[in-house]
Amino acid sequence: MFGWEFPPFNSGGLGVACEGISKALSSSGVDLTFVLPFKIPVSAPWCRFVFADESGEMMSEGQIKNLFAGYTSHSNSAESKKYGLPEFISSDLIGRVRAYASKAGAVAQKNKHSVIHAHDWLTYPAGIAAKEVSGRPLVAHIHATEFDRSGSDNVNKDIYNIELEGFRGADVIVAVSERTKKKVVSKYGISPNKVKVVYNGIEFSNNSAVIEHNLHELKRNGNKIVLFVGRITLQKGPDYFVSMAEKVLAYEPNTFFVISGSGDMESEMIRMVASRGLSSKFIFCGFLRGKELDSVYKAADIFVMPSVSEPFGLVPLEAMISEVPVLVSKESGVSEILSTALKSHFWDIDDMADKVISVLRHKKFQNHLSANGREEVKAIHWKKAAESLISVYNSLDNAFGMFLFPGSPAVARTQVSHF
Amino acid sequence: MRVRKYRIFDVGQNSSYFNDESGTSLDNKAIIEKVARKCYLPANATLLENIKNNPEFKVAFSISGVALEQFERFAPEVIDSFKALVDTGNVELLSETYYHSLSSIYDKEEFVNQVNLHRKKIKDLFGVTPSVFRNTELIYSNEIAKMAEEMGYKGILAEGADHVLGWRSPTFVYKPTGTEKIKLLLKHYRLSDDIAFRFSQRSWEGWPLTAPKFADWVSSHNGNANTINLFMDYETFGEHQWEDTGIFEFLKFLPGEILKNPDNNFATPSEVIDRYEEKGELDVPYHVSWADTERDLSAWISNDLQKEALDTVYALGKEIIHIDDPELLEDWRKLQTSDHFYYMCTKWWNDGDVHKYFSPYESPYEAFIAYMNVMQDLRLRLSDAQKKQEHGVTLHKTRPLRFSEI
Repeated sequence: MFGWEFPPFNSGGLGVACEGISKALSSSGVDLTFVLPFKIPVSAPWCRFVFADESGEMMSEGQIKNLFAGYTSHSNSAESKKYGLPEFISSDLIGRVRAYASKAGAVAQKNKHSVIHAHDWLTYPAGIAAKEVSGRPLVAHIHATEFDRSGSDNVNKDIYNIELEGFRGADVIVAVSERTKKKVVSKYGISPNKVKVVYNGIEFSNNSAVIEHNLHELKRNGNKIVLFVGRITLQKGPDYFVSMAEKVLAYEPNTFFVISGSGDMESEMIRMVASRGLSSKFIFCGFLRGKELDSVYKAADIFVMPSVSEPFGLVPLEAMISEVPVLVSKESGVSEILSTALKSHFWDIDDMADKVISVLRHKKFQNHLSANGREEVKAIHWKKAAESLISVYNSLDNAFGMFLFPGSPAVARTQVSHF
Repeated sequence: MRVRKYRIFDVGQNSSYFNDESGTSLDNKAIIEKVARKCYLPANATLLENIKNNPEFKVAFSISGVALEQFERFAPEVIDSFKALVDTGNVELLSETYYHSLSSIYDKEEFVNQVNLHRKKIKDLFGVTPSVFRNTELIYSNEIAKMAEEMGYKGILAEGADHVLGWRSPTFVYKPTGTEKIKLLLKHYRLSDDIAFRFSQRSWEGWPLTAPKFADWVSSHNGNANTINLFMDYETFGEHQWEDTGIFEFLKFLPGEILKNPDNNFATPSEVIDRYEEKGELDVPYHVSWADTERDLSAWISNDLQKEALDTVYALGKEIIHIDDPELLEDWRKLQTSDHFYYMCTKWWNDGDVHKYFSPYESPYEAFIAYMNVMQDLRLRLSDAQKKQEHGVTLHKTRPLRFSEI
């Protein structure tokens, strides 16, 4: 399995998804080798790590921090903004991707495998190179297309071509939602038969954090909290969130809007909030993770994800685990599988505001959504994704049908290893 | 009668809750025109033809006041076709609540008012006065039977649910526990649902259902049955079962096939009640209905959203009925129709069941949000009306005495 990042050294959802998928596949009996481009001190009990850049030095703490600091970079490079990489490394991101590919053949030679599984364009050239060496089938997993990252007008031609190369070279494409599949078909001209949809999952664990102190004070004084979590980029619709907030405040003035995240639209968002006179109602807490984020979830009355384009969108599932009602845009992949969620078009400010106000006003409605949402999210497990992936593997010609279905008596590890 | 996508921004701005002209599933005019065309007109025509061909054929209708009102407004030819049926003398009209409401459970006084409004509507439109009662969605209990008896009805209809009947058969007339004279007719749910739900189901062993086959099933009860009560949603004919399933052909040939057996005949609910003595007493302390597999109230009252909405509307009523504002009162009553709460049901929402099929809303939450926004507007109107009335009362208090009052 070719990846680009892995928690805790990740900048976004791709690393989280790779962790969830590899863990669930492994517990379903798949012997898994996870390949990363750079040497980082990562480890996970369920899989073996291989670094393409084997000869290189183990990266230093500082370098890693820079590499996966999230999308906080203030450098001027558009690339670095988009991919959250510091300039020294992203200035030639495509070069890095190609360098990764140039070493993938050797990795394939050294490590026995039945299937090659590559995540997003960053690893497609590596996956293709590995396939050229071993002749094993290639699964191209698509978590986000260039269109999702850039909007339709700003597409990077080189990246688009790498994606296309990956889709064409793959034996099967796995998309994280129907809407992503549609994009692969319509924007890249791929046959729909070649694209399978496998939804992401999430690992359920109780959120036992206590409410963050300042928010606790606000709530004690009868205020409500509407939460936004995610990168502050065009893709996530922060501007729609601000417009929605303005409408909500007209009806529910005792409401605070908490923003967790950072990104290239952060200062624009802050300016927008200020120009509408809403600054006293917005709390920007920067990029949060782990316990800090958990304690903010605990305080929220509703979570809103107004994404303009979201191939999947794991964050609402985190909110649901924390018993927070969620409003997601219909332009998100996750909205395809959620029942206990409110849904609006990202551009339908009135509809979003109407729904948020309704949740803030009706305690019983809020309780219904939190209790049932928590139950629903328990069933959205990575295990399900792993089962679907295994049947995708088994459908491949050259995989020798050696992947076992979970639950079969022979779940003991097979001799198969794969990337 | 469906509530349009009524937003928080509409509250206090406009109070037209039902006027959606989108042409979608929330557009009441469009719905009435559609069901009139697909179901009511062709089904009524078939029944009229049946009566002409078989003067022994009988049928009964229970039509809510809200439905009649909407037909009058959007498809008056449907009213005419019902009149033609009633005029044959073979058709009985039953009583129900005017607004197809759950008032029998939530507000007895309102229940009685709505039943009386419905009686008046039926009398005005068709010139007849019903003597048999059927409650909204066939919701029934000892208590409801008692209320119907107190209102002077000689009969009442209920679901012949297994958990109510036990070893007993729905093919006899019963006496509800706690009543004196009223008689109970029970829906034969297997035979009724064979038509209403299974008619076009290809996976069902009875498919394809033909009139002779169904007549055989009916006749097989002879010797051990006084009556077989077939109750179903009228929209079975043409709307739930589309014309191309052959449902109208089935309806056309059924009377003749059933009457081929000289032991069979047709009777209206009143005739059955007059003709047969009670077989025994039936104790139904808890509510039954004809909805879902549970045959209870859970389609309308199972989650907190439904309970919240119902509590809110009936709590408002306690004040609205004391206010002299006919429009407010009418809107409040229209908001009691059971369908509003049905659309908020989340039972098996995930599995995309029948509720989803019947709901015009994208989700139960959309239904709840629009409804509760309407409740807020209703509350505003109520407090406005209360203020006006208080003003009026003050005037009233200070008016000069009249001679008659000395």
